[in-house]
Amino acid sequence: MAGIKSLDELKAIRDKYRENIIGRDTSNSENKIRISVGMATCGIASGARDTINAIIDEVAKEKLTNVVVVQSGCLGYCYAEPTVEVRFPGKEPVLYGNINAERGRELVKKHIKNGEIQKDWILERTFKNI
Amino acid sequence: MPNYRMNLLVCGGTGCKASGSSEIIEIFEKEIEKAGLKDEIHVITTGCFGFCEKGPIVKVTPDNVFYVEVNSEKAVRIINEHIIKGRIVEEYLYKEPITKEFLPEQSDMPFYKKQIRIALRNCGFIDPENIYEYIAADGYQALGKVLSEMTPEEVIEEVKKSGLRGRGGGGFPTGLKWEMTRKSESKQKYVICNADEGDPGAFMDRSILEGDPHSVLEAMAICGYCIGADKGYIYIRAEYPLAIQRLRIAIKQAYELGLLGKNILSSNFSFDIDLKYGAGAFICGEETALINSIEGGRGEPTVKPPFPAQKGLWKKPTNINNVETFANICPIILKGADWFKSIGTEKSKGTKVFALAGKVNNVGLVEVPMGLTLREIIYDLGGGIKGGKAFKAVQTGGPSGGCIPKEHLDTPIDYDNLTKIGSMMGSGGMIVMDEDDCMVNIAKFYLEFTCDESCGRCTPCRVGNMRMLEILKEITKGRGTMEHLEELKDLGQTIKDTALCGLGQTSPNPVLSTMNFFWNEYVAHVKDKTCPAGVCTALLKYYILPEKCVGCTACAKVCPTNAISGEVRKTHVIDREKCIKCGACMATCRFNAITRR
Ligand SMILES: Cc1cc2nc3c(=O)[nH]c(=O)nc-3n(C[C@H](O)[C@H](O)[C@H](O)COP(=O)(O)O)c2cc1C
Ligand code: SF4
Ligand code: SF4
Ligand code: SF4
Ligand code: FES
Ligand code: FES
Repeated sequence: MAGIKSLDELKAIRDKYRENIIGRDTSNSENKIRISVGMATCGIASGARDTINAIIDEVAKEKLTNVVVVQSGCLGYCYAEPTVEVRFPGKEPVLYGNINAERGRELVKKHIKNGEIQKDWILERTFKNI
Repeated sequence: MPNYRMNLLVCGGTGCKASGSSEIIEIFEKEIEKAGLKDEIHVITTGCFGFCEKGPIVKVTPDNVFYVEVNSEKAVRIINEHIIKGRIVEEYLYKEPITKEFLPEQSDMPFYKKQIRIALRNCGFIDPENIYEYIAADGYQALGKVLSEMTPEEVIEEVKKSGLRGRGGGGFPTGLKWEMTRKSESKQKYVICNADEGDPGAFMDRSILEGDPHSVLEAMAICGYCIGADKGYIYIRAEYPLAIQRLRIAIKQAYELGLLGKNILSSNFSFDIDLKYGAGAFICGEETALINSIEGGRGEPTVKPPFPAQKGLWKKPTNINNVETFANICPIILKGADWFKSIGTEKSKGTKVFALAGKVNNVGLVEVPMGLTLREIIYDLGGGIKGGKAFKAVQTGGPSGGCIPKEHLDTPIDYDNLTKIGSMMGSGGMIVMDEDDCMVNIAKFYLEFTCDESCGRCTPCRVGNMRMLEILKEITKGRGTMEHLEELKDLGQTIKDTALCGLGQTSPNPVLSTMNFFWNEYVAHVKDKTCPAGVCTALLKYYILPEKCVGCTACAKVCPTNAISGEVRKTHVIDREKCIKCGACMATCRFNAITRR
């Protein structure tokens, strides 16, 4: 293995490997935006794994460091899987239904990054809550 | 590189390995492979979380869920439930000892709430056997910054400004020590990391070396750059095989990436590090004895001055720092002295790692800001006294320290305050004692340790401590006199004043501090021949409890010396003059009417 020749090279290596450890940093987690994807049996059957991986990929691409992506259990909305809940710190959570991988990416761009709630995808029962 | 969506951080420290974490890692890897999630779920072997007693520890992120006492069966269920279906397995979480609630998140746990992790920042966070993980966590950035942007003087100034003091016991200002060694003229100088960790009960240095070895290597190189040394040694006790193994891997990887060795990061600075093994004698942690031991001589202290900064290893200027001291250096360089200074008290900056042990609900390693009170550590982090018993004292500073009674529970902990109340910071041992602990016996325990570990070179320590121990033994056997107590005080003071090295100079502290705060307990042993805590067996007495005795006469029949008398169906009594403490009566009584205290 060739040695590292400069501080810049060292920084490049750090940035490359940083993604690996970012998800582990749980400090300050109560102040981060939390995206939870329903990953119970029917969620997985309707493609929640693709959704969560797409969301994670998008979060990494957009270099969003204030976001935590977790999976959650059954939320009781089998008919609308995959479900995704977005919770900004200190705010009521927003629950989306029928979020496939593509919509997942869009959610990251629109709701997370720009703060635009996607009304059309919201699950009815929680609509009043926001 | 796979973009993992979940991490299973499994503790691979000495404690958790002993309770079976290696097997759990295998199971996790196998089950994840089976579920086809290899590119989505990352299993990482980390260093110690500090919660070893409840090990093996598994932390799941980003959910921040903290599982304790995981075994192979639980491991399979964690994969099937939590990892695959997103359902946290409640009953495997940490249970709050007082409210009996299960706490899912690590940050909810009182044990972690008041901790600030600087020295332990990477323990339980990265894989210590993979240098890229350390680099990802800003590893070697401080060395890079120092080599390309700072002069040695500037670095020393920053360390001085930070207020960092040695964590190995003495509390000497680190920046000042570096400056003294820098100013000593010599072509050859050395950096030594003291990883001897002899204080019984302390294991923070081991945890740092196991969980984050590179942080120490990097700081040693920075120190070398500052003082003008190109060679460093880590003096580590041979009883730390895992720490040694991780250090070897770390050193090898650092050389491979050119972060140790010749012309680091294309600078003019070169630095080599080697390991030296100690045989585990407590005295070898003392810096001059340590140097003698590395040179191949007997591990005995020599008179200071000259200090190692002037004439150390092979008579060359040498800078010795403790493991935890070094572990604080890189964050100071990267975040600045002002940030570091903002944590702690006026004269003690930053944090200190303590090994909390004894009669508290949560035991383990905690890193807390200086200035937290003993009460906060014992009652908040430690979760209070086990079994609802009463707090009696807390021992800090190991064999050099003292016992602190409840009047001083609200003392903010720092170097000076602990010294003021007759104890010491020491290396960070903290043993909590309750009403069942006898202070005379505790003092005896530490003195026995000192007598075993004294190198015997000077008379006050060798002979004086033996005499003190003899007296303590007499007292615990019920043969003590008030003159003995006076003699203990005088001897203690003499040893403190005349012993050659730190071991002897501090060895009377456990006795003197317990005599100071628990004088009545000594007097009870000497005058009343009783041990109030009921520990010193020779002083125990048998009593019949009138409220429980039904007068069945069974005890009187078994007593070999006819010490028990009483009429049928009336309360019996023991004649303590005749009693030979055989215990037969207590074993015989079916009504629990006989006690010993
Ligand atoms: C009897 C005795 C034992 C010691 N044991 C240790 C030890 O195990 N580890 C340690 O770092 N310092 C130990 N010290 C303190 C060292 O002599 C020295 O002060 C310290 O390593 C300096 O590092 P620091 O300034 O970073 O604390 C001991 C001192 C005495 C008197
Ligand atoms: S004080 Fe004790 S340990 Fe230190 S040199 Fe003297 S005999 Fe040895
Ligand atoms: S055996 Fe117990 S109950 Fe019976 S007389 Fe003795 S003390 Fe009393
Ligand atoms: S302890 Fe033994 S000697 Fe003493 S009263 Fe009981 S039976 Fe008798
Ligand atoms: S399993 Fe999906 S809503 Fe219940
Ligand atoms: S060794 Fe696992 S928590 Fe300490």
